[in-house]
Amino acid sequence: MFTRRDFLKTAGVAAAGSTTLAGLSACATVGGKARGHVVIVGGGYGGATTAKYLRMWSKGAVDVTLIERNPTFISCPISNLVIGGIKQMEDITVSYDNLKSKWGVKLITDEVTAVDSAKRTVTTAKHGTVGYDRLVLSPGIDFIPNAVAGLDGNEERVPHAWKAGPQTVLLRKQLQDMTDGGVFALHIPKVPYRCPPGPYERACVVANYLRQAKPKSKVLVLDANGEIQSKKALFTKAFESYKGMIEYVPNSELRGVDAASRTAELEFDKIKADVLNVIPPMRAGNIAMKAGLPLINDRWVDVDWLTLEAKGVPGVHVIGDALFPAPTMPKSGHMANQHGKVAAAAILNLFEGLAPNPTPVVMNTCYSFVDSKNVIHVASVHQYDAEKKQPMPVQGAGGVSMAANELEGKAALAWAKNIWADMLA
Amino acid sequence: MNLKHALAMLGLAGLSALAHAQDPNLARNLAATCSNCHGTNGHSVGGMDSLAGETQEKLMQKLMDFKSGDKPATIMHQIVKGYSDDQLKLITAWFAAQK
Repeated sequence: MFTRRDFLKTAGVAAAGSTTLAGLSACATVGGKARGHVVIVGGGYGGATTAKYLRMWSKGAVDVTLIERNPTFISCPISNLVIGGIKQMEDITVSYDNLKSKWGVKLITDEVTAVDSAKRTVTTAKHGTVGYDRLVLSPGIDFIPNAVAGLDGNEERVPHAWKAGPQTVLLRKQLQDMTDGGVFALHIPKVPYRCPPGPYERACVVANYLRQAKPKSKVLVLDANGEIQSKKALFTKAFESYKGMIEYVPNSELRGVDAASRTAELEFDKIKADVLNVIPPMRAGNIAMKAGLPLINDRWVDVDWLTLEAKGVPGVHVIGDALFPAPTMPKSGHMANQHGKVAAAAILNLFEGLAPNPTPVVMNTCYSFVDSKNVIHVASVHQYDAEKKQPMPVQGAGGVSMAANELEGKAALAWAKNIWADMLA
Repeated sequence: MNLKHALAMLGLAGLSALAHAQDPNLARNLAATCSNCHGTNGHSVGGMDSLAGETQEKLMQKLMDFKSGDKPATIMHQIVKGYSDDQLKLITAWFAAQK
């Protein structure tokens, strides 16, 4: 279908910069009125950043509605420190108030139940239908139903704690309640999954807690992958520093769980744990499916990397963990923030009838704690490659820490403070 | 050829002609890749260097010293190598112009 909006968009792009045509566009500024309305679904690292940057860069000329189911932002990065008893939930919780009062973002605390990309509307559970000129989905991940037999519906008994919030509190409590000499088993799904170094960091900070509080206990890392997936040499060294406590078992794909007895069922083995923490196989957040977006491997959204628009679905931009990643691009909060800025810049250009920035750059840093103070990082920079039509990692740039160190422990906490402010303050 | 195809081709032609043109907000967009750590518009909220309002000369010198290895760093020596010198000039000029 070729709508009036599509005509204007196409004509606007062709005439890039022509004020005459841009002035005709439905989205152009008319007597100081808004240039367009962007609805953002999901107020995490990607969505909150997009909301703030659209308002900031348009100087308030673009209307932004952010629909988020949770009343406050709770950070996944740093949440392992809550599980390890180093930080508290309030340390990783940030209010959405500044997005509303300082930046003029309209916040709807609700769940989106449907997207109609032809009519350009989203339907919410409690607030009816909301129309948009452009939609940004930043849905994060959801777990694939029935991927692990016996798991669905038993997330209280066998927590994932891979979305920060009540699950984080639950896993912390189970760890605290565990008797000395118990087994904390952690299962890691096959790549790609959210936050590549996250599970290995979790093993370290859990062991750090147990070493002090319950030194006879064990941390069993059951990795579906053949080897450590991020900062391998550094995490191998960290695991060695917890010798006798952390046991790392590669190629341990989980077939099922028995939630009642907290037993992990592998191909050739059954392992009974005292705390069983299963990170299940995951895919793009459910709203991507509900919006009818075509998925790669039934899991991830394919996008145009200049606009972050879902391929084949005009007007719907998708960012963050839900994407089929470009080469070596991690699913991280930092990267989602970077996607949000590329999407915001592209949307503002499109509203003006301009082509999107042909040379976007994104970069990533992930800090991981190996104990309460010492941290290791991985960093990368990704420049858009016009021939490959996707961002490619710059060879010779990026890398990892020389060794775990306290200086980066301070940097990791400063990173959190600054990125939360970049999104929400 | 119908109207839709004609317009689509016109659109593509317009896009390819623009492909080598620089985005009017390129410096702003590049600088925004730094603000996760260094604060929105270079205003750090603590624990990282603020970049806003520093002179371009000083910022550029620091970055080139990270690039050459003259200035030791935990992470900046790896990140700076991901950007061309021209990109770094745009970024530093943009931060220098922030109040």
